[in-house]
Parts: sequence; C-alpha cells; structure tokens
Amino acid sequence: MSMLNFLVRRIIYSFFVLLGLSIVIFIIARIMPGDPARMAVGARAPQWVVDQIREQMHLNDPLPVQYGYWLADAVHGDFGLSLVTQRPVTADIREFFPASLELVLVAGLLSALGGIGLGTLSARYKDTWVDNVVRLFSYAGVVTPSFVFAIFFVLIFAWELKWFPVIGRLSEQTPAPPVVTGLITVDSLLAGQFGTFLDALKHLVLPALALAMGAIAQEARITRATMADNLSKDYIAAERALGISEREVTGRFLLKPSLIPTVSILGLDIASTFSIAFLVELIFNWPGLARYGMQSMLNKDLNSISAVILVLGAVFVVVNIIVDIIVAQLDPRIRLSAARSE
Amino acid sequence: MAGSPVTGFSPAAPLLDVKNLQVHFAVYGGRLRVLDGVNFSMRSGERVGLVGETGCGKTTMMKAILRVLPTPPAKIPAGEILFKGRDILKMRDHELRAVRGRGISMIFQDPTAALNPVFSIGEQVEAVIRYSTSPGKASSREETHQRAITALQEVALADPERLLRSYPIQLSGGMRQRVCIGMALSTRPEILIADEPGTSLDVTIQDQVLRLLRKLVEEKDTSVILITHTLGIVRETTDRVYVMYAGNIVESAPTARLFSQPLHPYTQGLISTVPRLTGGGIVSGIPGRIPDYLNPPSGCRFHPRCSQMMEICRTTKPPAFKMGDGHEVACFLYKDEAK
Ligand SMILES: Nc1ncnc2c1ncn2[C@@H]1O[C@H](COP(=O)(O)OP(=O)(O)OP(=O)(O)O)[C@@H](O)[C@H]1O
Ligand code: SF4
Ligand SMILES: [Mg+2]
Repeated sequence: MSMLNFLVRRIIYSFFVLLGLSIVIFIIARIMPGDPARMAVGARAPQWVVDQIREQMHLNDPLPVQYGYWLADAVHGDFGLSLVTQRPVTADIREFFPASLELVLVAGLLSALGGIGLGTLSARYKDTWVDNVVRLFSYAGVVTPSFVFAIFFVLIFAWELKWFPVIGRLSEQTPAPPVVTGLITVDSLLAGQFGTFLDALKHLVLPALALAMGAIAQEARITRATMADNLSKDYIAAERALGISEREVTGRFLLKPSLIPTVSILGLDIASTFSIAFLVELIFNWPGLARYGMQSMLNKDLNSISAVILVLGAVFVVVNIIVDIIVAQLDPRIRLSAARSE
Repeated sequence: MAGSPVTGFSPAAPLLDVKNLQVHFAVYGGRLRVLDGVNFSMRSGERVGLVGETGCGKTTMMKAILRVLPTPPAKIPAGEILFKGRDILKMRDHELRAVRGRGISMIFQDPTAALNPVFSIGEQVEAVIRYSTSPGKASSREETHQRAITALQEVALADPERLLRSYPIQLSGGMRQRVCIGMALSTRPEILIADEPGTSLDVTIQDQVLRLLRKLVEEKDTSVILITHTLGIVRETTDRVYVMYAGNIVESAPTARLFSQPLHPYTQGLISTVPRLTGGGIVSGIPGRIPDYLNPPSGCRFHPRCSQMMEICRTTKPPAFKMGDGHEVACFLYKDEAK
C-alpha cells in the first residue's frame, strides 16, 4: 500500500520534471540561431513561401502560445517532420529507439553482473592480487571513454579473431523477425527464430560491452568500497559469530545492504549510456537513437532534437523510478520512512 | 556446577584456554598493538567476569575468540585459542562453524549495530537457528519458524509473530537487546559471551535485561563470559574475574577474593574509586588515560599511571605471578611473594 502511494507520488513528480524539461527544450529550440521556417523549406525557396510556413508553424505568435501549440502536438506524439529523414520524427524515434534500448539493456545487464561480481571479488579478497587487478581495471575503466573500448574490441575480436561481427544488428543473410517490440532478441524469440536470436546476440556483445566498460568499472569500485566498509560492521561479525556460513553471510547478509549505493549509481549510468552511446553506435554502425540524435544536432534538425531530448528525459525519469523501487525493496528503512511520512 | 559432558575431552581441562593472544590493527601510520599476549581460561560451567576501562580490548579479545575480527585491519601475530583443546585459530571452516553458535555464542555490545538493518528480525533469527541445528538433522521451514518464535518468547518478547516480520528500525532499544540475547541463546551455546549487555539502555530496562539473562543462563547452566563496567554485577553474578588493562590481563582471581584482596595497583584503583555500583565509567578516579596503542608504554603498560612504579617496570613486562588459590597478578610488586 505504502509502496503504491510512493509510486504514484513519484510518477506525479516525474510528470512535472518532464514538463519542465519540455519548456527548456522549447526555449532552446527557439533561441537557436537560424530560422526554422527557412530551414524547413530550404535555402532557395522564395520569401513568400517562408512567410507562409512561418504562419503555419505559428512562429509569429508570442512564445507562450507557440509553446502551447508545440506541447499539444508533442502530447499527441506529433513532433513534426525531420529535416534529415523527411519522415515524421515519431516514426524515426520508433525505429531507432528500440535499437538503442536493446543495446543499453544488454550493457546495463553486463554492468550490473560484471560490476557487482568484480566488486564482490575485490572486497572478499581485499588487498590480495585479485583486488589489485580489479582496482587497476576499475581505474582504467573509469577514465577510458567507451569509444576507445569500442575501437579496441572491433580491432581485436572482430577484425583479428573474427569471433564477432563488426557492424549492424543482424547479418545480411539472417531473416529479420516481425517487429513487435523492436528489440530483435525479443522479437526473434517471440517468432521462434532461434538462429536470428543468436545472430542478434552476437551483434550485441561487442558494442554493449564497450558501452558497459565504464559502468562495470564504476560499479566494481562502488561495490568494493561499500562491501569493504560493511565487512567491518558488527552485524557481519554477529552473523558469523552465531554460526551462519561464510557463503550465506557474504552472499546474502553482506550483499543486500552493499547493493544499495551500487543500484543508485547503476541507474544513472544506464540512463546516461543512452546519451553517450553515439560514438559506439557510429563505430558499430548501429541504427540507434544516440546516433540519430547526434545527426539531428549537426543538421540543426530542431524537431528531431526536441523529440530525442524528451525521450532521453523520459528514460532518465523511468530509470529513476525503477531505481527507487529497487532501492526501497532492498532497504526497509526507506520503505518504512516512506510509509510513515504519508 | 555441572559441565556439559564432551567425548574425548577431559572435564578437568579448561573449556576455553586463551594463550599469549596478540591482536594488532593495521592503521594509517602503523599498527595498533592492542592485545599484548593475553592469557585467559575458563572451565565448563564457570561464570567469568571481564572488566577494564573503555578501550582496553575486551571486545577485541572476544571477537578474536570467535575469529570475527575484521581482517584487514586486524592481525593475530601470535597466540592460541583452545576450545576443548582444539585451536580455533587453526580450524578449517567447517570446524569453525561448529564452534560458532553452538559452541560459543555472543551477545554484541551494541544491539543496534549487531542487527542487520535490511533484513527482518525473522530472517536473521531463522538463519541463526538453521545453522545451529545439528548437522544431518535438517529442520523444516515450519520447525525453524516455531523455534524462532520460542527464542523470542524466551526473552519475554510479546507478539513474536509480528516481531519476526519487523525490521530492526521498528524496534525499541530494549527490544533489540532482547532479540540479540534471544538469538545468541537460540543456538544453545556451551559458552555465552555477553558484552556489556544493556549498557546502551536506561537503568531500569538494563536491570530487567540483566535479570532475564541471569535467569536464562542459570536455567540452561551455560558457561558465561560477562563483560561489564558495573562491578556490582560482577560481584553478584560471577565466579571469577579477569581484570584487563591496555590489552593485558593484569589480575585474575575468584570473585570474592578479588574484591576483598585486590593486588594489582590498577585493580585497587578500580575497586576503591567506584563511586556507585551502577552507572559511571569504571575508572573515573585513576589519573591518566589509557595509552596510545601505536606507541604503547614499554615494560608494564600501566607504569605511566602507577603510583608504585619501580625501575624494572619501565623496561620489563611483568609476567603473571601465581599467588595461590587461583589468584594471579601481573605486577612486579609481588615478584617475591609468588608461589
Ligand atoms: N577495527 C578496528 N580498527 C582499528 N582499531 C580498532 C578496531 N577495533 C578495535 N580497535 C581498537 O582496539 C582498542 C580496543 O577496543 P575494544 O573495542 O576491544 O575495547 P573495549 O575494551 O571493548 O572497550 P569498551 O568498554 O568501550 O567496549 C581500541 O583502542 C580501539 O580503537
Ligand atoms: S608492574 Fe610496576 S608499574 Fe606495573 S603495576 Fe606493578 S608496580 Fe605498577
Ligand atoms: Mg567493548
């Protein structure tokens, strides 16, 4: 019950966050240099056409009114046409977002497993060579940008060893599954195309790993620090002293309280992966949202930029809500205080 | 006092025998040499008190006995901890697990810190109970739950069903303390270590907790190590007392004898300066502070504070001199009287 209240409250907050974001986007879009009407019709169109479009786009109205029109359209999923693709922006997003989502989800999974796993090892074998290796990796991983890993992986695992394909989401000869979710792995399983599923997975490994490296390193560091700290807590000593096995103490009683900071940071990392993925998407020729967003920016494609930023904002909001739910599940103190403050 | 019969282990031998135990902590800037060769032993059925001012290493010694000191930073450079003749420090995991809980169990000093904040009371109590059943006699979920309820009822906690579903944060200090006692006793230990039970509570609740603890321990005839700052409690409830100063056992004797004939200058100060039996730190009256473990005083660690200090005290660590009738004192004043 209290959890439900908590959720509803978070969703209402989120709504206002997104509204605020939309205002910011709208203002930025309007103060960017260049006349949107002129851009829409091209440099050689006569002035009277531009004026007509201006009127059509409500560009002569006061800003708040313009925002009203813009928001009404946005709520209906209408962000106008993309200058670059000449298609409705919504169609573009619908095509590119799932590709990024799939990549980021796999990267998130890798970050969670890799980071928590390495962090636990490191804390368990603190100050041994295992710990030193993990810590060295963590420092390197945190300071190295993901595209560097991407280039490395392509060179080593794709070019040299040929273990993995270099580009795209599927090999040319692999039949694509009918689109249901847009996530090829999911769609292929839904359609029972197991070969396609494997092929999609192979294409996912390198870019997802490249994207995940930073987060793995970060999560490993945080998990190690929290665990090392919690290892000297009296409750761990007490649980051991009362005869609970080492495996259960570390794997259960130490792990759960130690995951709380990791999960919070992991959420942020996953959400920001969406926005920083463009170089990795470029290198792997991945038809994703980050690459699309970057192209829109380079082309001053305002409609697409607005939509991409709003989608990213929504991603942050959703991820944050999920993180809050997980943290509340892990930590009764948060759950109970949320219930008490009702 | 009847000891529990143990096969292959002579009842005359000490149940727990700590020999020359050293514990160091690696810290920034060096190592804290906290336990400086401690000797401590107890027989089955005995109730032993351990006293000494704050920071002297009581908790450290008890955690070392159960091998639950955090490592790092803790290191045990020397010593033996014989439980029924077997060295705990050399035990493998499965042997150790048989000692922890069922052999020796502990009520930690701060009940709030000793309960895991993100698990329900039930999850914690039941985990302890699951591991304390004899191997090969796996108990069902229902059985474990029933035993958890019993464990809480034993420490006079009402509505155990609801309590098992609660989290530590929802409990009062007194309830947490009772839960910790219930958990420590649920394993039916041969030795119960009680580290300042109730100190964090107000005096009336502390009193209730102590009385309850005493009753339970007497019912089950458990051997006890009781750590406390309150000498009155030691006097009433223990058979023997160990006095600790700065990581050393400086004196040990049967309780009555220690109170009537304290020998060590530190113990004498301790007993004469106790203003009231309850409340107050032990050594409000002895001038000086516990030494710095990074650079502990040479020779007798008490010498900077001792009014009867001699030349030898500065250079040589006093061994424990046997004064007869189970009375030992680590002080050069008794060098010539020792038997
Ligand atoms: N994990 C640790 N790291 C560093 N030093 C420690 C650690 N645990 C204990 N010590 C040091 O060991 C010394 C003895 O501490 P301990 O807790 O055993 O004292 P105590 O006799 O139980 O005191 P109190 O009566 O206050 O409980 C203290 O000086 C403390 O600073
Ligand atoms: S050995 Fe010396 S310094 Fe230590 S207590 Fe005895 S007289 Fe005092
Ligand atoms: Mg203590």
